[in-house]
Amino acid sequence: MSAAIEVEGLVKRYGPLAAVDGIQFSVPAGSVYSFLGPNGAGKTTTTEILEGLRKRTEGNVRVLDLDPWTEGGVLHKRIGVIPQDFRFFEKITPKEAIEYYRALFHTQVDPRALLEKVELADKANARFDTLSGGQKQKLGLALALVNDPEICFLDEPTTGLDPHARRAIWAVIRSLKQEGRTVFLTTHYLEEAELLADRVGIIHHGKIIASGSPAEIIAAHGKPARMTVVGSPALAAYLQMNLGASAVVEDGQVSVTLREKGDALKILTAIEESGLPWTSFTTTHDTLDDVFVRLVGQMDEGALKTEGSG
Amino acid sequence: MKLSHIGADFRIVSRTYFRNPVALFFTLIFPIILIGMFGLIFSTVGSGAVTVQVINEDHNPNGTGYTPVSVAFLSALNKTSVVTVQLVSVSPQNFSTYLGQNDDTAGIVIPSGFQNDYYNRTSVNLTVYTNPEAASSTGTVLGAVQGVANGFNLKAACNGGTCSPVIGFTSLNVGSQVYKYIDYLIPGLIGFAILTSPMFSMVDIASSYRKDGIFRQLSLTPISRSEWLTSRILWYVVMTFVTAGIMIGTGVFLFNAHVTLSLGLVPYLVIGPFFFVSLGMLAGSVAKSPESAALIGNVITFPMMFLSGTFFQVSSMPAGLQAFAHILPLYYVIDGMNQVMLYSNTSKALVDLLVVLIGSIVVFLLAVRLFRWRDE
Repeated sequence: MSAAIEVEGLVKRYGPLAAVDGIQFSVPAGSVYSFLGPNGAGKTTTTEILEGLRKRTEGNVRVLDLDPWTEGGVLHKRIGVIPQDFRFFEKITPKEAIEYYRALFHTQVDPRALLEKVELADKANARFDTLSGGQKQKLGLALALVNDPEICFLDEPTTGLDPHARRAIWAVIRSLKQEGRTVFLTTHYLEEAELLADRVGIIHHGKIIASGSPAEIIAAHGKPARMTVVGSPALAAYLQMNLGASAVVEDGQVSVTLREKGDALKILTAIEESGLPWTSFTTTHDTLDDVFVRLVGQMDEGALKTEGSG
Repeated sequence: MKLSHIGADFRIVSRTYFRNPVALFFTLIFPIILIGMFGLIFSTVGSGAVTVQVINEDHNPNGTGYTPVSVAFLSALNKTSVVTVQLVSVSPQNFSTYLGQNDDTAGIVIPSGFQNDYYNRTSVNLTVYTNPEAASSTGTVLGAVQGVANGFNLKAACNGGTCSPVIGFTSLNVGSQVYKYIDYLIPGLIGFAILTSPMFSMVDIASSYRKDGIFRQLSLTPISRSEWLTSRILWYVVMTFVTAGIMIGTGVFLFNAHVTLSLGLVPYLVIGPFFFVSLGMLAGSVAKSPESAALIGNVITFPMMFLSGTFFQVSSMPAGLQAFAHILPLYYVIDGMNQVMLYSNTSKALVDLLVVLIGSIVVFLLAVRLFRWRDE
């Protein structure tokens, strides 16, 4: 698969402050890439540089093999963008907005079909200022699709939306991928990235601190999966002796790390054979959420220590 | 520039406009209010002739009609065009009360025997009533009566035409006729609309569209900044034609204004909005925030609103202000329209037009250059 987006050593400085500080990633065509990070991490700045809306300070950026800043005019005909907090002409209806874009892009898209795709057909003739936050965002999505784009940039498309509206947007994003489009999605909802993205980049203070598929990131940065039973220290000692597994006792719970697929069965068998009393077992594994909180937390602590010692 | 892009944006502007009751009010109703209000306030100022009520007691001996000399005297008064004579039949004893009750500012009584005394060169007195509170009409009436009486005295002294006056004068009006305030007011207020409506809304649009990210949104489409600005200019050209039509109609219908409607007016109604839409966009683009944009817009707009010949003629202003008016672009728009609509002075009108046209091109290019869709 060729790369739809290629970024190397990207830096964006505002005065002495580096909002984006030497990041590197690539997004294969037809995949969903999610940029994950807390507010102010540099997500929007990076996205706007990719869209050709902001000039970079340093680095190499190719989007569909074009330079977004100098070749924006050509690029914009091939990408679709929904900015954060999409706004449009207040007195114009979704149908008219699509007709406007259709005239500007010289395409033949059917406004009705497009509005149905984003579940906004019932508001086709409502003025923009009467639409809810979710409906406005859906119109933004529809307009981004008027020119049948190869890449869709979605900058926090579901921020501030209710769960129902959020799911509707997710459904559209999934269909974009099915249609073979590349999706570049920024979000601070980990659930969203985990559900939709093929690959995730976690950005913090302008740097990518982890990247890969959600599973890869969890495997690399998360704690291993564990099985926990309610039992005595004696049980922990028994398991350690018989399985060679490291068993930890805490608050009357015995916790054993799972290294392989078959480990859970072996541990349960050993517990039964021990004849010692035990109740309720659970298995736990880290989510992207846990990894994210830990990574961001570690980085902030590190930053604090450095500042303190300096 | 693609016409299809301009057309698509023009549809957006017009829809936005027609769905905005405030905007519709300012286009359709406000011009009528403006012309009506200023027309009424100033309808007495400089409206030319003062009406003079006249009792003519000098009847022909046979009792039919007035004597030829009294009629000639009144007709000479009328011809001065500063007074209009109106005959009334009231007894001279009640005349003063009558004039007061009818809010008349002036009256004349021609006594019986006026013609006889004139032919006999016997002294005869006219009685002239004036209202001291209406100082300007008092002066006008006394001056007119004095002038006409002098003429008649001279003729009588010369035995009916054997000598002619040494100093005479020919009276000509500015232009081809007497202009009323309303006649100047119409081009002035059309200029007012050409200035204010695009300036206020473009300054606001330039800053609020940027703040709301609408320019950013448009920058991702194939429409260019000059196409976008052209569509706005076209819209305000249409609006200016509508407003000008309403203003001229109201002025003619309510105040019987004299207006020459010629094709020469068209370039001003096109280039005027071209200039001020661009200027509004420029002002809004250089401002950092909507608040400072409004401030810059007001600083540019307000002096022009009053000093370019909108409500008051520039020639009636002090010399310093007149010089200042000549650096205001709106002055050339309004002066040009005055030349076309009142004086039919084509060469002066062309000079004004050229000034505005060159200014427009410069401001348009600057606006397109300085207003940014996207950030650096």
